[in-house]
Amino acid sequence: MSDDTVHEDAVDQDAVDQEPDAGPGDVRHVARDEYLDTVKALADEGFEMCVDLTGVDYLEHLGRTLPAGVDPERFEVVVNLLDIRNRRRVRIRVQVPEHDPVLPTLFDLYPGTEAMEREVFDMFGLTFTDHPDLTRILMPEDWIGHPLRKDDDVGRIPVQFKEAHA
Amino acid sequence: MSTSFYERAVAGTDEGEQQLRPRSELTAKELMREVGSVLRMSEAEAASLGDLPDDPDDDQTMIINMGPQHPSTHGVLRLMLELQGETVLRCKPIIGYLHTGMEKTGEQLTYAQGGTNVTRMDYLSPLANELVFSMATERLLGIDGDIPERAVWIRMLLAELNRMSSHLLFMATNGMDLGAVSMMIYGWREREEVLRFFQEVTGLRMNHNFIRPGGLAADLPPGWRDGVLRILELLPERLDEYDILMTGQPIWRERLQGVGVITPEEALALGATGPILRSTGVEWDLRRDEPYLRYDQVDFDVIVGSYGDAFDRYAIRLAEIRESMKIVRQILDRMPGGDYRIQDKKVTPPPRARIDESMEALIHHFKIFTEGFKVPEAETYVGIESPRGEIGCYIVSDGSANPYRMHMRDPSFVNIQCLPHMMRGGLVADAVAVISSVDPVLGGVDR
Repeated sequence: MSDDTVHEDAVDQDAVDQEPDAGPGDVRHVARDEYLDTVKALADEGFEMCVDLTGVDYLEHLGRTLPAGVDPERFEVVVNLLDIRNRRRVRIRVQVPEHDPVLPTLFDLYPGTEAMEREVFDMFGLTFTDHPDLTRILMPEDWIGHPLRKDDDVGRIPVQFKEAHA
Repeated sequence: MSTSFYERAVAGTDEGEQQLRPRSELTAKELMREVGSVLRMSEAEAASLGDLPDDPDDDQTMIINMGPQHPSTHGVLRLMLELQGETVLRCKPIIGYLHTGMEKTGEQLTYAQGGTNVTRMDYLSPLANELVFSMATERLLGIDGDIPERAVWIRMLLAELNRMSSHLLFMATNGMDLGAVSMMIYGWREREEVLRFFQEVTGLRMNHNFIRPGGLAADLPPGWRDGVLRILELLPERLDEYDILMTGQPIWRERLQGVGVITPEEALALGATGPILRSTGVEWDLRRDEPYLRYDQVDFDVIVGSYGDAFDRYAIRLAEIRESMKIVRQILDRMPGGDYRIQDKKVTPPPRARIDESMEALIHHFKIFTEGFKVPEAETYVGIESPRGEIGCYIVSDGSANPYRMHMRDPSFVNIQCLPHMMRGGLVADAVAVISSVDPVLGGVDR
């Protein structure tokens, strides 16, 4: 039932990356030191809303296909921006190395990323510099570890209840 | 007996740094930073609000906790409010009380099993969750253009009925939060009619796992048309009753108009979507602006408000129920025949009858349900319009039968971040109206 013609125009649009399944809009791989400037440029271009910001831990999938020139790192932060006026979307992927898991915050450009960055910090242990309130958001304050990391096994940490008497 | 009940209770709910701290414990700079982060604005802007006390020792404010068990917070939302008399100065939502690691769970389940997981996230719009998960999986498989017409239209029918049931429940809880308790009973009663139809179709009232990658779990049962028609006949009259009971009532208007105002700039900056964004006058509805399924073939209006207040959000949802009914009527007229799922051997188990005749079919059936189907390596994001705004599903596949990473962009999670802005300077009683008007579902917020 496969139909080879389906993704024809999608391929034309983003010839840069070879992913016909990437979904609507562009996917852009951005180096970490250009991250903030790129997002700023896009914000000026009319991308007025940051729809989503999330992370991926590629520890068990380091050999993933990436366009030429992009070195795979353990972590990746994925930012979805939306331009309401022109109905455009763009997805930015940034590689973040394991030994230095730090990214600048987007708070000043998109205040709505405050909670999303806190979630990524909580779940993956990535730090966002200049974030106004980088605390855990979903896990308890005294939780040890970052649950969505691939080396944080399911059930590795026993269920914790504060003040529970054994 | 060394610790008092009070001390234990405080220790048991302490979230440390996540909490709002009293002014007396903060320096001016820290306070500025906190106001800034809570209101999502720069420190300079926050300083210009004049929130800083002239004399830090003259601490005339108090911090109270609302939730996580307060009945009007729609689940386990906890708000820390700083009050000066009756006025809310600062507000910080503290979430995570319902966090069960569903994104992590999603990585352990195959794509075929994933529906049971995601449907429990935003539990008032389970079909939207399943739909977006299925659409993302289908796009990864490259079969998103091959879903049979009937399946697509049934998906649309269910999604719209789900929007109605969700908004009807909003009517109920919104009424209850503002003291119109009879409205609560009416809202639940009407929602129950829709859920009864869901039960006939899917077998369950909630958490259906009915929309699956490749199509649907089953075809519509005989007599489904009568079930839908019954809802369509019943509702207009009932919605008119809501208008009499609430929309035109001076007390209702007094409680909602001008309460929890948010500007379009703020809503866009905070990433708010759905009725919150539309209440500010921004026309943005993914059904119209980034059409998926067959929304480009049905006729409906995108409802927008103009004041960005709680009344607009109420009125928008009420009008959206009527718009959804309009869409459902068109779907009834145009429902095509055909298959309810794609006949792609890769993702679809063989029909029941084949299993009795063919050994291969039996093995194939077994494999799909035990190992699942493999999805090519790629990543994708799909966003659709849930009753609460844009629900997005970001899936990374490494070529195996389980998603390598499955992230849900839940509208409630983002919308709830507007609360501090909406509440600032309002009264405590209005805080309840504001929470209600955002219509958060904590299952989706915490996931």
